[in-house]
Amino acid sequence: MSDADLLAPVSATATGRPDDGHAPAQTKRVTDALLYLDDLRVTFDGYRALRGLSLTLDRGEMRAIIGPNGAGKTTMMDCITGKTRPDTGIALFDGVHDLTKLDEPAIADLGIGRKFQKPTVFESHTVADNVLLALKGPRSGLASLFGWRNRVEAERIDALLVKVGLIAHRGRPAADLSHGQKQWLEIGMLLAQDPKLLLVDEPVAGMTDAETAETATLLREIARDHAVIVVEHDMHFVRALQCRVTCLHEGAVLAEGSIDAVSADPRVVEVYLGR
Amino acid sequence: MTRTRLIDPKGWIFLAALAAFCLVVPLLNLGVAEGSGLHLPTYLVSLFGKYLAFALLALSLDLVWGYCGILSLGHGAFFGLGGYAMGMYLMRQIGPRGVYGNPVLPDFMVFLNYKELPWYWLGFDHFAFAALMVLAVPGLLAFVFGWLAFRSRVTGVYLSIITQAMTFALMLAFFRNDMGLGGNNGLTDFKDILGFPVQAQGTRVALFVATGIALALGYLVARFMTVSAYGKILIAVRDAEPRTRFLGYRPEHYKTLAFTVSAMMAGVAGALYVPQVGIINPGEFAPTNSIEAVIWVAVGGRGTLVGAALGAVIVNYAKTVLTGAMPDAWLFALGALFVVVTLFMPKGIVGSLIERFGSPRAKAKLPPEPEIAPKLAEEGQG
Ligand SMILES: Nc1ncnc2c1ncn2[C@@H]1O[C@H](COP(=O)(O)OP(=O)(O)OP(=O)(O)O)[C@@H](O)[C@H]1O
Ligand SMILES: [Mg+2]
Repeated sequence: MSDADLLAPVSATATGRPDDGHAPAQTKRVTDALLYLDDLRVTFDGYRALRGLSLTLDRGEMRAIIGPNGAGKTTMMDCITGKTRPDTGIALFDGVHDLTKLDEPAIADLGIGRKFQKPTVFESHTVADNVLLALKGPRSGLASLFGWRNRVEAERIDALLVKVGLIAHRGRPAADLSHGQKQWLEIGMLLAQDPKLLLVDEPVAGMTDAETAETATLLREIARDHAVIVVEHDMHFVRALQCRVTCLHEGAVLAEGSIDAVSADPRVVEVYLGR
Repeated sequence: MTRTRLIDPKGWIFLAALAAFCLVVPLLNLGVAEGSGLHLPTYLVSLFGKYLAFALLALSLDLVWGYCGILSLGHGAFFGLGGYAMGMYLMRQIGPRGVYGNPVLPDFMVFLNYKELPWYWLGFDHFAFAALMVLAVPGLLAFVFGWLAFRSRVTGVYLSIITQAMTFALMLAFFRNDMGLGGNNGLTDFKDILGFPVQAQGTRVALFVATGIALALGYLVARFMTVSAYGKILIAVRDAEPRTRFLGYRPEHYKTLAFTVSAMMAGVAGALYVPQVGIINPGEFAPTNSIEAVIWVAVGGRGTLVGAALGAVIVNYAKTVLTGAMPDAWLFALGALFVVVTLFMPKGIVGSLIERFGSPRAKAKLPPEPEIAPKLAEEGQG
């Protein structure tokens, strides 16, 4: 397949979401990248939130995304997870799945998990039940009425809760957790989901320095066998992730490279770091 | 995983109380001589049976409203459809004993010059077929309605409004004589059910007990659904629907299933109600009936199942007493009750009791606020 084919813009699905969400995957793998975004454009009531965003993520890679408020970081995640449909552009997962044609559950089913900027957990459920609902496995109504999710061993959930440091809170309603604990619970839910790609939006907002450091360690550990994209403003944290960094600005990539290269880039200093 | 037990303490209390009620009422009616002061008149047996049918309707509504956030203002439609299915069976049992003595056609059809039985009346001679329709007709309507609405992500106030429109449309349709279902008079003058005279004391007691059993079974089904992982996801959908999608769940499937099961329960309630009150007419589809059912659930305690059933019995008992004493005051009393409960007891009677005496785990299962009018802001999400 030629580059011209690959880069031909995929027509935007202006008509809305597909009916069943199971659009046929393209048969031929057109790229080796796990995630391939090309020239994504998103407009909200005339405001251009993404203006030709292109980014590729390799299998098993961890990537940190930085950039000023309103740069389009969250909007990019919305496009990847089916929450927002780009006007134009390509978004391919695993080289075969056109993310612009799938809805949220179908994309989650492919193996893309997400932690939201504003931690979103199921407040009236216990911490353990939040993890239970996230566990990878059949998701149909009948399956959850009669299936294995009703017989999950406590140990399996406890192991995950130990990992995110919430084992002492397993029986508490998630509503009772602090902001930072909710962030961790969401990471624990991501682990339970065991996706191929994790999108983690501002995981350390509201955490103490010690908690931030722990989170960095946890994410590095997760990144050993998962691809991860982390959006964060905390530069100490980003440095601790020890991965490639992409800086977004006004809906497009401004700079990309090692943390030292990016933070030394005069354009990055001007729009972001020098604030 | 530590599963919530199918029957928790409040469930045991509820089932035990229901069983006792279903024993004592027949005993006081059949077992005590009519002259005795302890004797319970048969009309009261049927009145209590009606309360239990309403309790089942309230339970079905709580399944979708309390656990899934679907504030249905049209559950009376499913109740009415189940009632009509039973009514059609009861009409067929009249046979040639009608006023006109027509061996095939019910009186109202003779009166309206029908030449033959409309096709949709076929099969209703058989109880088994009618029983199937009691489940299938409300279930199918709920399935189609739910599927279309939930797939288009209609939620909150808009959903409530279209459920109300649904029952209103059905009411108008059933009022028409050419529906072939008795028009505004509805179906009445029933004679037999399963070969037993409907008016007989023994039949009335049996219908009362059957309603009690249906309520217990309905409770167990609703409980099984809500304590399973399915129910946990339903609650998750209620509280944060967009979030469940990013975990790979399809909320529209979950809601449609709950809505359909709930409609079938409401249909059974209607079917048990009709032989006990002796009539079904389009008034059962009136929007106010559906709204009253919502009030029963709010009063008893949304999201508790037991509370919904209790609320239905308490409010309807109050209605019986009040409409007897001051017929005009009832609607005001109902409105006042609703306001008082929303202001001072937002979790309803059972919800407040749990809050005071229940385990912290049980508390967590309760919805944070009674979303009488779910926030419009939520529409924007997702
Ligand atoms: N649903 C929406 N409707 C209208 N405008 C939106 C919407 N979502 C995002 N925007 C706008 O798009 C721009 C990009 O927002 P986005 O949330 O992607 O930024 P961000 O890089 O994540 O910023 P932050 O660091 O503050 O989280 C912002 O100006 C925002 O106001
Ligand atoms: Mg953001």
